[in-house]
Amino acid sequence: MSVGLNHYLFLAAVLFVLGLYAVITKKNAVTVLMGIELILNAANINFVAFSRYTDTDMDGQVFAIFVIVTAAAAAAVALAIVLNLYERLKSINLDEADSLSG
Amino acid sequence: MDFSAVVQDNINSLLYFVPELILTGLILLLVVADLLLKEKHSPWMSIIALAGAVVVMFSVVGQYELGTRSIFNNMLVVDPFSLYFKLLFLASAIMVVFLSIGSIELAGRPVGEYFTLLMTLTLGMFLMASATNMLTIFVSIELVSIMSFVLATYLKTRRRSSEAGLKYAIYGAFSSGLMLYGISLLYGLTGTLNIYEIGEVLAGRDSHGLALVVSVIFIIAGFGYKIASVPFHFWSPDVYEGAPTPITAFLSVGPKAAGFAMLIRFFNVALATGGGGGSESWSATAGVDWPQLLAVISAATMTLGNLVALSQTNIKRLLAYSSIAHAGYALMGVVLLSEQGIHATMFYLVIYYMMNLGAFLVVIICQDIVGSERIEDYRGLAFRAPIPALAMGVFLFSLTGLPPTAGFIGKFYLFAGVIKAGTSFYWLAIVGLLNSVVALYYYARILKAMFFEKAGEEATSTLPVSPYYVTLLAVFAVPIIILGLYWAPLADLAHHSVGFLRAL
Repeated sequence: MSVGLNHYLFLAAVLFVLGLYAVITKKNAVTVLMGIELILNAANINFVAFSRYTDTDMDGQVFAIFVIVTAAAAAAVALAIVLNLYERLKSINLDEADSLSG
Repeated sequence: MDFSAVVQDNINSLLYFVPELILTGLILLLVVADLLLKEKHSPWMSIIALAGAVVVMFSVVGQYELGTRSIFNNMLVVDPFSLYFKLLFLASAIMVVFLSIGSIELAGRPVGEYFTLLMTLTLGMFLMASATNMLTIFVSIELVSIMSFVLATYLKTRRRSSEAGLKYAIYGAFSSGLMLYGISLLYGLTGTLNIYEIGEVLAGRDSHGLALVVSVIFIIAGFGYKIASVPFHFWSPDVYEGAPTPITAFLSVGPKAAGFAMLIRFFNVALATGGGGGSESWSATAGVDWPQLLAVISAATMTLGNLVALSQTNIKRLLAYSSIAHAGYALMGVVLLSEQGIHATMFYLVIYYMMNLGAFLVVIICQDIVGSERIEDYRGLAFRAPIPALAMGVFLFSLTGLPPTAGFIGKFYLFAGVIKAGTSFYWLAIVGLLNSVVALYYYARILKAMFFEKAGEEATSTLPVSPYYVTLLAVFAVPIIILGLYWAPLADLAHHSVGFLRAL
């Protein structure tokens, strides 16, 4: 069996759903951020697979590199914010960040 | 494409990129100035930021003469549509600098990074307004988002600000992840990232599968997060309440308008055909009835925003829900597939900028003189501090949409556009009208507290308001009244700016 476009798309869809699951169900802020990374990587696999297997130019692969860079920047900022919240609450459980509601 | 042609196009594009280059220079200058200036609260930082923003504004005005052009190998575009929004972003950045100078919340926090982040956010909004490629769309959204996360957390020693930043960052990263997945599917379906080519490919096909609908819905998640529309609005009340008030004011105006600019361009270029100058309307690409989809989102957004605002006791939270509702109103113009609708939305966003920033300015003043954000502490304010109370009256009347304020004219254009668009959108106009009535109730509640209720025994003294704040209040309140009576210049400017680049 040869590996084709559909296999990559299926892998990406599975990763996407796993990421979605982590974001929706997990209470730990870092785990949620990891779930978001899974979603971004699912999109990256899509981009590279489409770029490789269809009659297009390199746009998709270039896009994936940009996504990796912005994801790193966003993760750095988000982790700094989580660290700051830990100093306030002594916890990174999202359920305990509840002083704003209504 | 030939490599040297690509390089040549990039070099030729620099002339059209001057405002952004000046803004980048300003950001670097702010970083260096922050290092060189010894004191952490030097007034020079705000002076540099303001002067730089004014220079950028002049250069944006100069761009109007250059006409419409696609630059950097069709990555960005310079057209009157993007210039109109860029002026709006600069106006909000400048006013937010003024708001920040006076804010006691931000006193004690270093100003250097603050203005640097603020100007970088403005640069991101510039790119959002002119992005014509899914890559630039994604990167500019990320630029704006990341800067917003940091600014929302700027009072990092306060628990509420920290929580606001965390929620903002998680929702933001999640929705941009969804949007990215949608973009990747759209790329696979069309084989291109350029929104004009996407439009051509989609228009050339007769039928579209479910995948296109799914990818468009994922992409709407990204836009919906930026403009805070239902069901992607959950972050906005928490962030607006927890963030420093000047930043709340900025987030409720700037990135929201940038999201609208991007939304209008993407949907009308990539998912609609026809148009091409004049006032003729165009039609949505077969397979995705996005006008009705967005119309439902618009109705849900304004209804939810207004209904939840009714029960709020914190003024920042109330204004957050009110700004969700206003995103719903502004969306009414987007769904019409007509130039008139886009014109109405663009006109409304400028008026919304003035009345919303004005309302937040009064909130900042009250934090200063009353020391509270609760509506019950606003009781009797009209007797203790008449000028802010009076100005708040103007802003809230305008937000409700009562004549003779600019808010009435803005809403009038929106409703007129919806009704002209035909019977399929009448229900949206009715929902909008009912919502305006609901909105009157909670805006009037603030006014009632200020004008008709007595403050407690301990709070009867008059509260001094600095001349600086009085001037700023006048800067917002007077144009709202003037535009309510004589709106033709702004309406004309918006009308001339509707023409965005439709085809390469």
